[in-house]
Amino acid sequence: MSNNPVRISIRELYKIFGADPQGALQHVKDGMGKVDLLDQHGHVLGLHDINVDMREGEITVIMGLSGSGKSTLIRHLNRLIEPTSGRIEVDGEDVLHYTDHQLRDLRRQHMTMVFQKFALLPHWTVLDNAGMALATRGFERHEYEEEATKWLARVGLEGNENQYPHELSGGMQQRVGIARALTSNAPIMLMDEAFSALDPLIRTDMQDLLIELQQELKKTVVFITHDLDEALKLADHLVILKEGSVVQQGEPQDILMNPNDPYIIDFISDINRARVLRVRSVMDETQDIATDCAGDVDANDNLESVIARSGGETSYRYRVMQDGEPVGMLSMKRLVRALVPTDASQERNNAR
Amino acid sequence: MAVYDSVFSGLGLSDWCDKTEQDGPMSMADLMNQSSGAGDDAQTSIWDAPFPSMDALNDACGSFPQSRSLTKGLEEGFLGVKDSMSIVLDPITQPLSWLLDGALFTMLSTPWWIVIPMLLLVVRLVTQSWKLVAFVGVCLSGLAFIDHYDYAMQTLSIIFVCAFICVLLGVPIGIAMSRSNTLQRAAIPVLDMLQTLPPFVYLIPLIFLFSVTESKLYGIAIILYAIVPVIRLTNLGIRLVDKDIIEAADAFGMTDRQKLYKVQIPLALPNIMAGVNQTIMMSLAMVVIASLVSAPGLGVLVLRGIRNLELGVGLVAGLGIVVLAVILDRVTKASLARIDSSRKD
Repeated sequence: MSNNPVRISIRELYKIFGADPQGALQHVKDGMGKVDLLDQHGHVLGLHDINVDMREGEITVIMGLSGSGKSTLIRHLNRLIEPTSGRIEVDGEDVLHYTDHQLRDLRRQHMTMVFQKFALLPHWTVLDNAGMALATRGFERHEYEEEATKWLARVGLEGNENQYPHELSGGMQQRVGIARALTSNAPIMLMDEAFSALDPLIRTDMQDLLIELQQELKKTVVFITHDLDEALKLADHLVILKEGSVVQQGEPQDILMNPNDPYIIDFISDINRARVLRVRSVMDETQDIATDCAGDVDANDNLESVIARSGGETSYRYRVMQDGEPVGMLSMKRLVRALVPTDASQERNNAR
Repeated sequence: MAVYDSVFSGLGLSDWCDKTEQDGPMSMADLMNQSSGAGDDAQTSIWDAPFPSMDALNDACGSFPQSRSLTKGLEEGFLGVKDSMSIVLDPITQPLSWLLDGALFTMLSTPWWIVIPMLLLVVRLVTQSWKLVAFVGVCLSGLAFIDHYDYAMQTLSIIFVCAFICVLLGVPIGIAMSRSNTLQRAAIPVLDMLQTLPPFVYLIPLIFLFSVTESKLYGIAIILYAIVPVIRLTNLGIRLVDKDIIEAADAFGMTDRQKLYKVQIPLALPNIMAGVNQTIMMSLAMVVIASLVSAPGLGVLVLRGIRNLELGVGLVAGLGIVVLAVILDRVTKASLARIDSSRKD
């Protein structure tokens, strides 16, 4: 799955807020922590040695609680915020060395952004908002009208073209935000807590919409969220941030099965594991397919659907299929065991 | 001898004091003292000790300047640079005279049956409201009916010219202020001063700089007084534009110019219009005071009412100004409301 070429590569990225970031950077590199840096030097460590690769056609989700630096990180990608030190390579070019002109070109042609608070222009119609990227590049309305209308229809806003943003509900406004990003035709989409301001049902709708669009368009999406369920639902590659540092990154299933930090264990102890874990993560990988299977399941099915199929019977075994080939076996016993959170988190829960 | 003699002798400055006994012009107080015989010899108790002001110190030491030399020095300094300032300022401000004279001439030489419908048309265009058109029509006809048409038109044309120039200069200054914190810090004390300085005080240096017969004299006074709100509110309006929207504009690669014209100015427009409204109202206030320096219009009648104690003339002209104020306020507020309602978010 992660054999796609790397599109965005972040290397040794540091961001320090304060009067003398370069001076403070030296202290951080000498091993000073976030708390000490704030106490002794009055500087805030925003990002601490971030190394992330974001692959083409994948959704990279950056997850963390508020204050973990995730919004700061995403703003480094199109340089809305300048880093203190480090490299950010997009398609092999270091965007930190870009001139103003190149940077504008990057923002107009290659990267687009969806915002938590929508950030639509209130005095423009929905159509003009959707065509904002093209209008910024210098196209007239009649030139971008077709493209904008097409994408508005694609996100379910047919017939709303001539309304103003304040006449739409929050969910619809964010659809305009997504249409605006899609109309720009940029291969990279940055989504900054794009669905966090929406209520839960609409949020689920929008997540489904994004997954559907992504299957079709295969953009490189960088998605920021504080919601683990959302992260697990969308992520191809999950990066967990805590206080400005990456705690763990990898395939979401992998993080669920092998969390390497108490912080993450805490995080994942509250989720519905049956819904987010997939068959491929818990199956026995074997070519030795038994013949007494109760049936076939797909490797990407979640455990919930398998439980529903078995009707609660724990003695069944299923044959796991991927792309029409048998790849392993899944016994219900093993499945049920996987539903119990990891031992480590169990202990932590007991200790409370 | 005066109270503070000991100070100067104590500092060893007696020689300096005596060397140049200043023979400045005698003040009224000195004269009274002399004639009443209450002389230098009278010993003043500590209870009566005057504040060590310049005049009191001058009593003790002849070389110490009197406070009148301060005002005198200021005056001489101003008169000294006046000529060179006039050389620079005169040509720069000359177009203002032409504009004002031109506007006055056009308004008055065009027959009333063209001017009034034109004004009503403008009201209709900016407010889209027939009710206001009717109101303005009634007010203007009323003023014309009591033979105040010429005066009212003079006042209006001065306000139009001055408010137009205020907007022309004020909006760019406000935009520049919103972009630079340094400029904002430097400009705010100046704006504060312009706003708090009593309007009469503007007139003093202007009278020296320009001839009273020129219309730019009152034009400049009105502009200086009325430009402040439009600068302030433009600055404020642009600074208040939602940060998220500015960020979105940046993220989509807008240039500074695109951001200014497509995002910042349109979103700040309600605030800018509120500033224009204030500017127009302040021009009206100042145009009355400017009649002291030959500004024509209703203010002249008010001044006549005060000077000649012609109660009726003054009151009617005053009411005329109120009517103009109400018209200008309603019309600008209505156009402001129109902008607001189409841009609500």
